[in-house]
Amino acid sequence: MLNVSAAPHIRNGTYTRELMLDVCIALIPSTCFGIYYFGIRALFIIAISIISCVLSEYIYEKIMGREVTVDDMSAFLTGLLLALNLPVHVPLWLPAVGGVFAIIIVKQLFGGIGHNFMNPALAARCFLLISYSREMTTFFADGESGATPLVLMKAGERPDIFKMFMGTTAGCIGETCVPMILMGALYLVIRKVISVIIPLSCIGSFVLFMSVYDFVSYGTVDTGYIVLQLCAGGLLFGAFFMATDYVTSPVTAAGKVVYGISIGTLIGIFRLSKGLPEGVSYAIICSNMIVPLIEKCTMPVPFGEEKKRIWLRNI
Amino acid sequence: MNRYTERLYNGIIRQNPTFVLMLGMCPTLAVTTSAANGVMMGISTTAVLVMSNILISAFRKIIPKNIRIPAYIVIISASVSVVQMLLMAYRPDIYSSLGVYIPLIVVNCIILGRADAYASSNGILISMFDGFGMGAGFTIGLTSIGIFRELLGNGTIFGWNFNEYFLKGQYTPAAIFVMAPGAFFVLAFLCAARKNKGCGGNCMNCSERR
Repeated sequence: MLNVSAAPHIRNGTYTRELMLDVCIALIPSTCFGIYYFGIRALFIIAISIISCVLSEYIYEKIMGREVTVDDMSAFLTGLLLALNLPVHVPLWLPAVGGVFAIIIVKQLFGGIGHNFMNPALAARCFLLISYSREMTTFFADGESGATPLVLMKAGERPDIFKMFMGTTAGCIGETCVPMILMGALYLVIRKVISVIIPLSCIGSFVLFMSVYDFVSYGTVDTGYIVLQLCAGGLLFGAFFMATDYVTSPVTAAGKVVYGISIGTLIGIFRLSKGLPEGVSYAIICSNMIVPLIEKCTMPVPFGEEKKRIWLRNI
Repeated sequence: MNRYTERLYNGIIRQNPTFVLMLGMCPTLAVTTSAANGVMMGISTTAVLVMSNILISAFRKIIPKNIRIPAYIVIISASVSVVQMLLMAYRPDIYSSLGVYIPLIVVNCIILGRADAYASSNGILISMFDGFGMGAGFTIGLTSIGIFRELLGNGTIFGWNFNEYFLKGQYTPAAIFVMAPGAFFVLAFLCAARKNKGCGGNCMNCSERR
């Protein structure tokens, strides 16, 4: 569906609303698991976040006299993604602030749907993480306060692989359970809503980066550790649901590979660095910012034009 | 409006260096973490601006056209040194909180800009008023950015705890506003608020265009 080619272009009946609905459907398993595991409070967080996003989109577009695009579900999806990226015990006003930031500052000020240069949900998450770092890094698991697996791993511990795979650990609402994420991702791939290129190149380059790092620093590659790193934090969730956002990812296959590799490598760098335990959201928004450059360098050449000239023209 | 008050109006409203000319962005973004810092930075810059405008206007017939920029820089850095030494002697606390941004006034575009665009071709008194107007505009810009950043990022205004008195500590300060990204957010919103008044987006026929 997203193969960029010369005319004639084939049209089909796919509209924004259907795409957004498909992603929402794919997020249902993770959402249900989050509500089941973290309790009813997770549902409140999700509801507040969605209401805040939809309302701010509606009010902003009304005030500015633009066409109201609430019914295309994109604000709904932003709210859902934002909530799934929050820890469950944040104060209830925090998702509301995040929703307003995501929609008004990241999306509408840049021109609304299709014009934002960053993923709104992730930009809002980073905004909240920087602004309210204490609230955003307090995690709970099994009803008591606990550190996320990534923090434990940084401290040298080795969490239980089965618990981490099943998602019964501390973390954000939607990111802990691997089977649920993969189920949603499979749905999206089968429905051809997302292409597997971005997630695969992202995860692949992350695994490669960690293996090379392991090999260079310890002489051996610790497979178990890398699997733990893959299951931990928002890596899979980010790779399948956040990085594949249409607006903020490249359109060509080559561009997608470059984009995925950039995300995977940045996640590796951020996770190995001293300060941050988790860096998926930063990695994805950093890569979002180089997307225009990637697109320029990987633009396909029309038949009959010299490759070199195109390069020069684009740069 | 006579020509002296016109200079003040021009500096504060019409060609406000922070919100309209977008000059001196480095101190604007860096030191405005609190309102007090903004005021002090603005006053120091105003002092340098007035001094250098007077001197450059006085020497405008002597300075050769071809080497005017180095000559201006010498005059500006002399004024900055005066301000720096005064601050060091009488207000060491402010000097240490503004740090490297005091000596950096030398390379502030507003000062060189006013020297080349205005003081080099106008009389001493009106150049002084121009310096006052531009300096006041810069001070107002920095102070308003500082007030918003301090209020949102720390819950205080000029060190006075607004949050505690009026909101009973209910507001959780968003730390991002005292960090670098907050400066850009606040600056952008204030520019938009300044621009929005009576601006139809018709830039080619703008009455503020000179």
